[in-house]
Amino acid sequence: MAALVLVFVQINMATANQIRLAVTSSFHNSGLSDYLLPHIENDLKFEVHLLVVGTGQAIKLGENGDVDAILVHSKPDEEEFVKAGFAKHRRQIMFNEYVILGPSSDPAQIKLSNNLLEAFKRLSTANTNFVSRGDLSGTHKKEIEIWEKIHFKPEKIGAQYISVGSSMGKAINIAVAFDAYILSDKATWLNHKNKGHLVIQFEGDQLLHNQYSFLPISKNVHFHVKSKLVEELEKWLVSGKAKKLINSYMVQNEKVFTFNAN
Amino acid sequence: MFPLSISRVEISVKSKKLLGPINLVINEKGITVVLGANGSGKTTLLEALHGLRKLSRGKLEWSVPNSQAAQQQSFVFQSPIMLRRSVIENLIYPLIVRRISKSIAVEEAKLWAQKIGLENKMSQQAPLLSGGEMQAVAVARALITKPKMLFLDEPTASLDGLAKKTIEEILIIAAKGGTKIIMSTHDLGQAKRLANDIIYLHKGILESHGPKEDFLNAPPSDAARQFLAGDIVI
Amino acid sequence: MNEILQGLVQAFWLVISLDTELIAISLRSLYVTLTALLISTLVAFPLAALIVVTRFRFRRVVIAILNALMGLPPVVVGLLVYIIFSRSGPLGVLGLLYTTSAMIIAQTVIITPLIASVAHQSMRELWADYRDLLISINTSKPQRIGTLMWDSKRALITACLAGFGRGIGEVGAIMIVGGNIDNATRVLTTAISLETSRGDFSLALALGFVLISLALSVSFATHWFGKTERGGLW
Repeated sequence: MAALVLVFVQINMATANQIRLAVTSSFHNSGLSDYLLPHIENDLKFEVHLLVVGTGQAIKLGENGDVDAILVHSKPDEEEFVKAGFAKHRRQIMFNEYVILGPSSDPAQIKLSNNLLEAFKRLSTANTNFVSRGDLSGTHKKEIEIWEKIHFKPEKIGAQYISVGSSMGKAINIAVAFDAYILSDKATWLNHKNKGHLVIQFEGDQLLHNQYSFLPISKNVHFHVKSKLVEELEKWLVSGKAKKLINSYMVQNEKVFTFNAN
Repeated sequence: MFPLSISRVEISVKSKKLLGPINLVINEKGITVVLGANGSGKTTLLEALHGLRKLSRGKLEWSVPNSQAAQQQSFVFQSPIMLRRSVIENLIYPLIVRRISKSIAVEEAKLWAQKIGLENKMSQQAPLLSGGEMQAVAVARALITKPKMLFLDEPTASLDGLAKKTIEEILIIAAKGGTKIIMSTHDLGQAKRLANDIIYLHKGILESHGPKEDFLNAPPSDAARQFLAGDIVI
Repeated sequence: MNEILQGLVQAFWLVISLDTELIAISLRSLYVTLTALLISTLVAFPLAALIVVTRFRFRRVVIAILNALMGLPPVVVGLLVYIIFSRSGPLGVLGLLYTTSAMIIAQTVIITPLIASVAHQSMRELWADYRDLLISINTSKPQRIGTLMWDSKRALITACLAGFGRGIGEVGAIMIVGGNIDNATRVLTTAISLETSRGDFSLALALGFVLISLALSVSFATHWFGKTERGGLW
């Protein structure tokens, strides 16, 4: 038994030149991580292991010290995280947008809305399905924020408000199956291969701004984190090269992210 | 290890008395045949003597410690228990258990396979043999360890004449070679052929134990008389 | 329907072209599940045999618990293993989380009750057959355990296949403790989950077909090498 444990530990000692980064599914599904990772590993000469999880889980992994850094898009959660001391700071890296997807026939007629709040007001009264992430992810919290701004409790929609507790991609699959409206980040949508009859019905409002930030786990809380390597990664992510790569990343001929680190 | 003394032995299961009280002494020579009607307790007696049964009352004593005596005994069950292996693997099993080297065990087993006429079936799966062949294997397997005491529970009950003859011949040779044999049987003819002395059981009670001639000429009870006459004993 | 056909075609091309990523995750799937299976058998089979041949007070309760553990939801096992091996957990210092080692541990926990139960069931039946013989031959407990396991090997192989099937198709636990990390802990099932969430159903199906073929191949190979369905009773 002791021998087995030793073998296991040996295998893991060999992984000293690697860090673990928890990222949210919406970041990963855009394909940007697959695009950036080879450049990162080539330039920095260490491996970055990505754990693609929901925002809640990413935060939890950070708190537990099971990862060396997290990349998420939920500002209130991030600020609390820093306040609690798990990270010394949050570093903005880039943003993209949320969009409202819906059936091509647009039964709720949101396409012609003047702004986001009007679109959501129409959704609240229309007789259509709406799929919600339901998992307190960054995307879900954005959705909640919008409902609150129009002072509407989405549960009032009843059975047509479908709360799924899934990642973005799986939630889109469900929206396709139910011919429903859904709030999604644009990058995931563009890269998603099962679009069904859904199209982007609304985009472009300021409120749909989706900020991604990098939070390195503090060594004070978890002494084993590979802070030096994480620092190098952070430097790289805010570098000119990263800026160039991120801004030039296209999906279906559309620019998906905008670099905004400073 | 002889004599084996059985004093006031009783065996009951769930307050039903199967056997006893029995008082008996077994000595080391010859073949003792246990006779009695079905349900008279023959199997229970044999299993008790071999140590397979827990005694509700009384004592069983060899002249050596019981654990030592256990190493010198073998038992052949009424329905042969074959290991799911080949004939030769069944035969070597008791020797392997005693940590005898495999090559020596195999040589012994081959000799025994010949004695029981199965030298051409040694690699056959034992459970696939005929009833008579399986019982022959069981007897050979029991004798391969050269036990001082061999128990057999109706060993030839469902066998044809040829198989019966083969096994009886093996038992006679074994007895001559110094193995004490206690066997139960239904077959009066077999008892007459093989027995030196006879134990007669009726409803779990030992009615007599003595030389064969004595039992045959002067049966100890009405039940015994009925038994000898071939009547149904109630 | 169209997607199923597309999936089949894609699976075919992936295999023919010896797609490196496919090979890597397939080998990793096999590595994780086969290692877990190996460890499980080392624990489960002797344990099952031990329970069969030992009389102890809480035996029935232990057997009932063993059978009940077969119903352990894998995802719950994953969560428990995560909590234990998390950096904030008791065994966090080992640094095993998000490695194939953690996945092996989780799968071992999931598979062991299953194969122990199946093994126990058939060895119990065999023991009912062998018991009197093995006691009569004065076998020691380890010898009994060895004999039961060896003579039950066909059933034990079936138990292994059941365990393998359970492990190779498992996704919940290994997703949590392994993290589905590209080039590190991604296996067939977690890759299928990922492609599904990307909406790439035909790739997901293709991987699924590869997984099914893998499982079938293992099963066929096992039966072929074990000559399980040829001749004989078992």
